[in-house]
Amino acid sequence: MAALICEVVYRGIFQKNLAARITRGIVLSARKSGRWGIAFGRYGDSPQRNGIPAKDFAIVADTKEELEQNMARYEPKHVDVTIAVDDTLSKGVESWAWYGLQPINRLTVPNGTLLMTSVQSFDSLLRDIHKKDAPYKLALLRAKASFSGLWVYKEDHTEVRILGALAKIAPSFLTLDGVCEAIKEIEWGSDLKVESVKKAYQRLESREVKLTEGNVEIPYSFEMPKWWEMREGVTIPAIPVGKPKEDGKGYVPERNPYFKKFTTRTMRPVIDFDTCVKCTLCWIQCPDSCFDVMPDGTYDANMEACCGCGVCEAVCPVEKCITMVNESVFDDNASQWEMWRNDKEGYKAWMTEKIGDKNATVRSHGFRFRGQYEQELEKNLDGGGVEITAGIPGENAQHKTI
Amino acid sequence: MAVVTPAAPAATEEDKELLISGSEAVAESLTLADIDVVTAYPIRPYDTVMQAIAKKISGGQLVAEYIVAEGEHSQFEIVKHASTVGARVFCGSSGVGWMYAMECLVVTPPLRVPMVALVGNRALDDPGAFGVEHNDALVVRDVGWLLCWIDTSQEALDTTLIAYRVAEDRRVFLPLAISADGAFLTHSQALTMVPPKSKVDRFLPRYDRGDLLLHPDNPITVAPQANEDWVIEIRRQNNEAMARAVTVIEEAYADFRRVFGRGPENPWFEEYMTDDADVILVGMGTISLPIKVAIRELRAKGKKVGLVRLRWFRPFPTEKLVAALSKAKALGIIDRDYSFGSPFGSGVVANEIRAALYNADRRPPLLSFICGLGGREVTLEDVYKAVDLCTAAAAAGKSDAKTHWLGVRE
Repeated sequence: MAALICEVVYRGIFQKNLAARITRGIVLSARKSGRWGIAFGRYGDSPQRNGIPAKDFAIVADTKEELEQNMARYEPKHVDVTIAVDDTLSKGVESWAWYGLQPINRLTVPNGTLLMTSVQSFDSLLRDIHKKDAPYKLALLRAKASFSGLWVYKEDHTEVRILGALAKIAPSFLTLDGVCEAIKEIEWGSDLKVESVKKAYQRLESREVKLTEGNVEIPYSFEMPKWWEMREGVTIPAIPVGKPKEDGKGYVPERNPYFKKFTTRTMRPVIDFDTCVKCTLCWIQCPDSCFDVMPDGTYDANMEACCGCGVCEAVCPVEKCITMVNESVFDDNASQWEMWRNDKEGYKAWMTEKIGDKNATVRSHGFRFRGQYEQELEKNLDGGGVEITAGIPGENAQHKTI
Repeated sequence: MAVVTPAAPAATEEDKELLISGSEAVAESLTLADIDVVTAYPIRPYDTVMQAIAKKISGGQLVAEYIVAEGEHSQFEIVKHASTVGARVFCGSSGVGWMYAMECLVVTPPLRVPMVALVGNRALDDPGAFGVEHNDALVVRDVGWLLCWIDTSQEALDTTLIAYRVAEDRRVFLPLAISADGAFLTHSQALTMVPPKSKVDRFLPRYDRGDLLLHPDNPITVAPQANEDWVIEIRRQNNEAMARAVTVIEEAYADFRRVFGRGPENPWFEEYMTDDADVILVGMGTISLPIKVAIRELRAKGKKVGLVRLRWFRPFPTEKLVAALSKAKALGIIDRDYSFGSPFGSGVVANEIRAALYNADRRPPLLSFICGLGGREVTLEDVYKAVDLCTAAAAAGKSDAKTHWLGVRE
């Protein structure tokens, strides 16, 4: 009697088809060794939004009874393998359906495995991944996050590479032969994908994570009110009017204290306050009202409120004044404006390094020009499938295309 | 267009007697309650109410926003929103018109909007028919609407005033539908006592939406999206409001009697000759009239028959009704509605009463009758037949667990 429970933590919309393929692949692969299984999504995660952390699950078990025993919950309370298909999820997740920030390894059982696609080092990831009160394994598949759209999947083999890695992690449930056999039969399978499974199986990197390792930050959380503590009439207090930043100058809006949204972000704007012309466009166009107005009239993107959509970068009329940079190269949500105010030269050096990192400034989501998808697919699929190609159509396209 | 000069209100403490229909009686009450917003869309028989209100406004007796919507859905949406900004509102419909507003009707209770509506009961199409059936109003019985049935023009007038008092009580804040049988009540004029405004003012306080008022000085968001982590708590709140309505209804009727010097001691149901009755019939609305006449005929022949006419269906007066009914030797529940495929194929009221009696120490045999659908006349013969079957059940000590259709060609 045994069961294998897996969760796939993914970015809403961008990876929903990827996650569904992975969980489906787990069940069909385990079926090859006579297991029963189910693949399902956390219904509360819908309606999905671009980039919002969401979850799919796969449970496989020896018997139907054991499968039912594990299914009789809205979502599993513990998982043998947590699969994170974007390494920026390592900072923790705040789903539409959850409350507070949840460490990415929260459901992973002691001595279980956290499997991630990443090109970061183990140590770099463990600066973000929260400390856990039990040892576990961190397994890495070398790949960039596979992002696409609502109805499509980027055929970069990420789904089968995850399955190949799982054959290494949980061989008693998913044999390599079982996975390869299943892949060929699944509607999206192919011989080329079977090759990718085998390579991923061989190349998986893995190491123990000790009790002492990890980000020591205590994730924010709050108590849910009792029914008689809640306001009646399906009403909630409006967000109050904000306050000046300091000395009666600037403006910092009040924000929802219960839903911060920043774990939706895969890229963040890095701002050059020296070249800002105070045109207000970023502040006005930001769909999440994430910009605080500073006393000097510049705009600081509040990193607890920014979803990383990149609209500010697109509307900014000044060259390289706002540049979107991958979330993986940042360790905290500190104010850029405060950094700049305290040490202008130091900030300049920091900013130049961030926006000069060609790997980190590749757009993580969305296609920036017609034909980008085809270009990316031509590249070596083993390397994650994505070559550095970026750029924004329109007047800003030239200088922002690398 | 003739210029209408508003008549000065009579400075009198006396009630005045008018010959008015149930619909006009409701309009009299709305004028006395000084409603702020009313929306209208015609459908028979409710349309008589909207016409009566329009006359009140054009005659200068009532100052209110009168909005003709493009359909019932908007009709109920408009008053729902008006109520959240503090307006006292009125709305109404009938049959499939009420059904067309359903999306709005189901969200009104969780938003705790004390909308008062008149449902002129009408058979659901198809077939297109104007006559009374109670299925239209009953459709909202599970979702948090307060529901009551009225019998006379006087009760229409009095209940409308009581409705605002109950619905707008901060402990309740739930929508309230007053059901009036199409034709029999909405279109029949009867002598009705209309109280002076001064009395009404002593009975009915201003609508104060308090902390739920949508206003720039009270910034709130109404009806945000929520998931499974919030919904059951919201339902639990709704349930509590419905439970609290019991006390509020009893308070309101007691106060009504104090101020107006009339009205029932028991708000929940009328008991007619039930004290020594072996057979008690139960029904809602104007069906009481043929039943009462039949009971008098039967009593003259020595048959001990009584009637319980249910006024309040939500909240359902479970304990009081069980106490009143369990003393009989047999019960006959006469539904002017149907519930196809329900237990025993009975009507809605019969099944509610069966459920209410389940834990009673004494459960008389209960017979279910369906009768008067689509506005068909309920004849004395129908009632006699029901009583005969009930008398047989009383003698046998058990019911046949069947549902009897009365007055159907067979």
